Amino acid sequence: MSGTLIRTASPVAVRAVPRSAWRPRLGILTRYASPFLLVLFWQAACSVGLLSTRLVASPAQIVATGWALTRDGTLPTNLAVSLARAGFGLGIAFVAGVSLALVSGLSRLGEDIVDAPLQILRTLPALALVPLFILWFGIGETPKIALVALGSSFPIYLNLHKGIRSIDPKLLEMARTLGLSRARTIRDVILPGALPDLLVGLRFAVGISWLMLVVAEQVNADSGIGHMMMDAEDFLRTDIILVGLVIYGLLGLASDQIVRFLENTLLSWRPSHRIGRST
Amino acid sequence: MNTVVQVTQEVPAPARDDAAVVVHGLTRRFGDGPAVLDRLDLAIAPGEFVALLGHSGSGKSTLLRTLAGLDPVTEGSVVRPREVSVVFQESRLLPWKRVWQNTVLGQDGADRRDRAVAVLEEVGLGHRVDAWPLTLSGGEAQRAALARALVREPAFLMLDEPFAALDALTRLKMQRLVSDLWIRHRCAVLLVTHDVDEALLLADRAVVLERGRIRTDVPIPMDRPRRHADPRFEHLRGILLESLGVHDG
Ligand SMILES: Nc1ncnc2c1ncn2[C@@H]1O[C@H](COP(=O)(O)OP(=O)(O)OP(=O)(O)O)[C@@H](O)[C@H]1O
Ligand SMILES: [Mg+2]
Repeated sequence: MSGTLIRTASPVAVRAVPRSAWRPRLGILTRYASPFLLVLFWQAACSVGLLSTRLVASPAQIVATGWALTRDGTLPTNLAVSLARAGFGLGIAFVAGVSLALVSGLSRLGEDIVDAPLQILRTLPALALVPLFILWFGIGETPKIALVALGSSFPIYLNLHKGIRSIDPKLLEMARTLGLSRARTIRDVILPGALPDLLVGLRFAVGISWLMLVVAEQVNADSGIGHMMMDAEDFLRTDIILVGLVIYGLLGLASDQIVRFLENTLLSWRPSHRIGRST
Repeated sequence: MNTVVQVTQEVPAPARDDAAVVVHGLTRRFGDGPAVLDRLDLAIAPGEFVALLGHSGSGKSTLLRTLAGLDPVTEGSVVRPREVSVVFQESRLLPWKRVWQNTVLGQDGADRRDRAVAVLEEVGLGHRVDAWPLTLSGGEAQRAALARALVREPAFLMLDEPFAALDALTRLKMQRLVSDLWIRHRCAVLLVTHDVDEALLLADRAVVLERGRIRTDVPIPMDRPRRHADPRFEHLRGILLESLGVHDG
């Protein structure tokens, strides 16, 4: 009886090894198969005239236009402008969000002063401020950067504040029994403990910054990816509009990867992260 | 020995210059509730190992927190050495610092790592010096917490049910470890436990707390290492169980 059990068990074990080794590569194949097929269909539909290129350009055309725009410098210039706006805005948002969260997270008085107004402000949709910002800051770079900064400081502030406030009180108590000074407690216990939440906030902030930028550049701008797309609209150039969309998509993907990389390096102490990386 | 008088409220402290820890007339209540600690007197000699027993809610942790300086002394007085360490039921390691960094947290000096490695080896954790705390087993984490307590060379070590969350086998190993460490370091120890056998294996004295007062305070005059088979063990076990209100015939 036991003999048959052993015999039935061994082929299962042997089969399990190559399957687990194969799964990642197969996974990549199956994951990218359906988008690839979709693009193929799209191209085919455009080629046989099922889809009017007036409404939507074909993938081949998008690639060609993208290449042409790159060669004549239109795309790199506009991309650089957009990246600079997003970068500046995010930088300001990071400094402002982190400082405000530290003030309100580390002192009761600071919380009373800072938190209440911010909680009220955050209920306002930042995009509703576009007209006001144009009135205040004109149509230069300032309103666009300000809009990005405003929109993306909230997730950074809110998440870091929550992270600081939800530090395990037992760890704080431990720090007290070890005789850690306030400064040391902040440096060694509170800030590292709140870092995961800060990174969550940063991830949201990056997403919001692109959203803000799209709106700001399409409402009024003479440069940037959004402007390039609005310009193309006037000439019914769906291919250029789609190039812009692709760029936005790639930017979103790239910034997400950067934040993910930050999480993996800064939070390497979390066992789940190491498991996530190895599989 | 540098002692610190935390608060003395018109209660003259008893003349116990030889003691490491003196608690006198300590009363503690939360809000308007009943006194959790009720005019408590307790003295612990330098190097003495005291086990603190008592029912859940009898005030053991409250006493320990007061001694650790986590809770204020509002009524009565507490005298204790400046160098104290506490180990809780949970290891309370910082997950984002490696084991050795946790051990010497808050300590200065260029030889921090060497000191951490030495004390970690002493508690049998020399192979996990660079590990992240979240990858430690429960027993290993408590060893690290013990190492962190010992690296400060405390004159008074407090342990609040440090092995309660461990399995029986690991607990036995940890008890032996604490016994060895105590023999080597000879600091005063206050061990809170629910386990009468643990108290009898480790302590010089067992104190039973009941509703904030000391109900029983018995010396445990047995040579170490101790054996359950010792007739005095059985006798003391009976006394302690009796004062805990447990009768085993
Ligand atoms: N912060 C607090 N606020 C109000 N009541 C408290 C507080 N801390 C403890 N108590 C009460 O004080 C009493 C003694 O608590 P304590 O934690 O000292 O008990 P214990 O002897 O350690 O019990 P256990 O063996 O379950 O750990 C309990 O009735 C508890 O509810
Ligand atoms: Mg307790």
